[in-house]
Amino acid sequence: MKANPRDVLTGVHYIDGDVAAGYGVLAAGCKFVAGYPITPSTEAAETFARVAPKGNAMFIQMEDELASISAVIGASFAGVKSMTITSGPGYTLMMEAIGFGAMLETPFVLLNIQRGGPSTGVPTKTGQADMMQSRWGSHGDYEIIAISPDSPQELFDYTIKAFNLAEMYRCPVMIMSDECVGHMTEKVVIPPAEEIELEPRRLYNGPPGEYLPFKPDGDFIPKMVKAGAGYNLYISGHVHDERGYPVTNEEFKSVYLRRLVDKIRRNKDKIIELKEENTDDAEVIVVSYGISSRVAVRGIEKAREKGIKIGNLRLVTVWPFPDEKIIDLAKTTKAFVVPEINYGQIAFEVERCCHGRANVVLVPHSGAGVHNPDDIYDAIVFAAKEKKKIEGIVEYKTKLEKLVFEGGFKLKE
Amino acid sequence: METLKTKKMKEVHPMEDVLRMNRIPHIWCPGCGIGLAVTAFAAALEKAKIDLNKVAIVSGIGCTGRVAGYIKLDSFHTTHGRAIAFATGIKVANPDLKVVVFSGDGDLISIGGNHFIHAARRNIDMLVVCVNNFIYAMTGGQVAPTTPLAAYATTCPFGSVEPPINIPYLADSSGAVYVARWTTLHIRRLTNSFIEALDKKGFSVVEVISPCPQYYSRINRLGDGLDMMKFYHDNTEIRHGEDTKNLDIGFQGKIIMGKFIDRERPSYTERFD
Repeated sequence: MKANPRDVLTGVHYIDGDVAAGYGVLAAGCKFVAGYPITPSTEAAETFARVAPKGNAMFIQMEDELASISAVIGASFAGVKSMTITSGPGYTLMMEAIGFGAMLETPFVLLNIQRGGPSTGVPTKTGQADMMQSRWGSHGDYEIIAISPDSPQELFDYTIKAFNLAEMYRCPVMIMSDECVGHMTEKVVIPPAEEIELEPRRLYNGPPGEYLPFKPDGDFIPKMVKAGAGYNLYISGHVHDERGYPVTNEEFKSVYLRRLVDKIRRNKDKIIELKEENTDDAEVIVVSYGISSRVAVRGIEKAREKGIKIGNLRLVTVWPFPDEKIIDLAKTTKAFVVPEINYGQIAFEVERCCHGRANVVLVPHSGAGVHNPDDIYDAIVFAAKEKKKIEGIVEYKTKLEKLVFEGGFKLKE
Repeated sequence: METLKTKKMKEVHPMEDVLRMNRIPHIWCPGCGIGLAVTAFAAALEKAKIDLNKVAIVSGIGCTGRVAGYIKLDSFHTTHGRAIAFATGIKVANPDLKVVVFSGDGDLISIGGNHFIHAARRNIDMLVVCVNNFIYAMTGGQVAPTTPLAAYATTCPFGSVEPPINIPYLADSSGAVYVARWTTLHIRRLTNSFIEALDKKGFSVVEVISPCPQYYSRINRLGDGLDMMKFYHDNTEIRHGEDTKNLDIGFQGKIIMGKFIDRERPSYTERFD
């Protein structure tokens, strides 16, 4: 299915990431956005509220994040593509309903313009510390898909892809961007509508009496119907059978939950998108995502100039995690360097997949800013020189931390 | 000699069209009033002139939260407190649907209180049925925001010290266009209220006072379900149009019932057009 020309603002724009995401939501054919204002994600919601009438779509500002995400799930069952936009504390408030959405196999998209945490943190500045929360934040076992764009152009492109993935796999899809990308102004090229491929809702068309809302159809993914179409849907957050009726026994739970996680795990190869360069014969590979992958480029170039065989693996899809890729690379490379704006989240995933075959160097950052590319360069040099295998993770001390914690630097009042 | 052949009659539940018969028996305790509220609602659905394919019913969590699962409509059993927010999403995304929220006092007024206020303020076109049994029953009888002052509950073993909320007053002051209250003894009046409210455009609230013999009545030594019905018979008074300020419910005090608010205000989706 192609995008509707009415929804696509074709042309060359000079806009920030939040605005690009707002345009992407419209182009993806989303008809319902509910949100609650939170810095630094507001521009995306404002943009969509402004352009929504063009696409005959609705933006509703709800009373809080709990209401926003609940309304988004309701709207999805009413038959439209829906999403919410948030950051920081708002994301935390949405956690319960994210698990609910995953349990009901609801297609919806969540845009998280990450900010510095924990708690209110640094509302106006960047962070990448919600990555683990996006995977494990709600209680219970479930799987989601998370994408981490690194430019306004990607925020446009991957917002559309996020909607497509949500429809294909009937699951919540998180766009885990950050303040830096959200507020970065760059050229964004919006193609003509006929070049934008959209995934329509996979609807069941058979007779009402036979419809089973949670019976997988060939693959792991059941077909949906719209509320009001005469199918007498029954949707419950309880563990349910194929009819949607709550069940409490162990056998049913294992059957249902197995499919809930397997529909993502067994389709990993189709879902995961990576950007990879020079990894084949690299002695050190930088693994990064979101804004950190932009910053890492300078460190990588510098290392290459110095003759280090350096590879670059960018995680466009962060969840499901590309285990097999890291396992493969760990056989040939000496070390991974993982810069991320947190004190170690994805780095631990990389370490898990390494099985001790390669060293893993984390370049941490507290947030409220991005890495100094020199820190990434220094970590690469350290990783390239290190001859022995180091168990566990190596936490590289950045220049700023050395200054602050080893003297010679006075914090400004 | 001819043998007398008796024709085997198929037993059919009179409300089979609107109930999910394969979900019966239900989970509610003997003497509980929720089944009566459901019966009244089912009767209203049959009598109201609406296309049942275009009605969605949303519940939250709790004893009353199970109602959606027994009604043969598009049924949604959502997270605790978020039934109204979820229903808002359905209604705004597809304004052709009639949306009913059927949940309990704890779900709608405590954890979901904010959504109740704001959906009323926006005047989202939905019927909210709030079954008020004065207690958190599914979890075993804890104090609720509706528990009358001095009444006992498992988490206020010395009697509640918190004044309870007056649901019709909250609905009225938040902007609801239709507010009524009945007990589960007053089934015909309750059914008529449901029919009226289903026909109403805008945020309508029907509070149903219901006995909870297992948790509320036992700890307060009020007898069984029948005793509570007798109590409703002797201690209720119908005052249509009564100022909602005067509708507080004291412990074993008089319960004022009736239709308190019936007014017109453009609904959210109408304003958007």
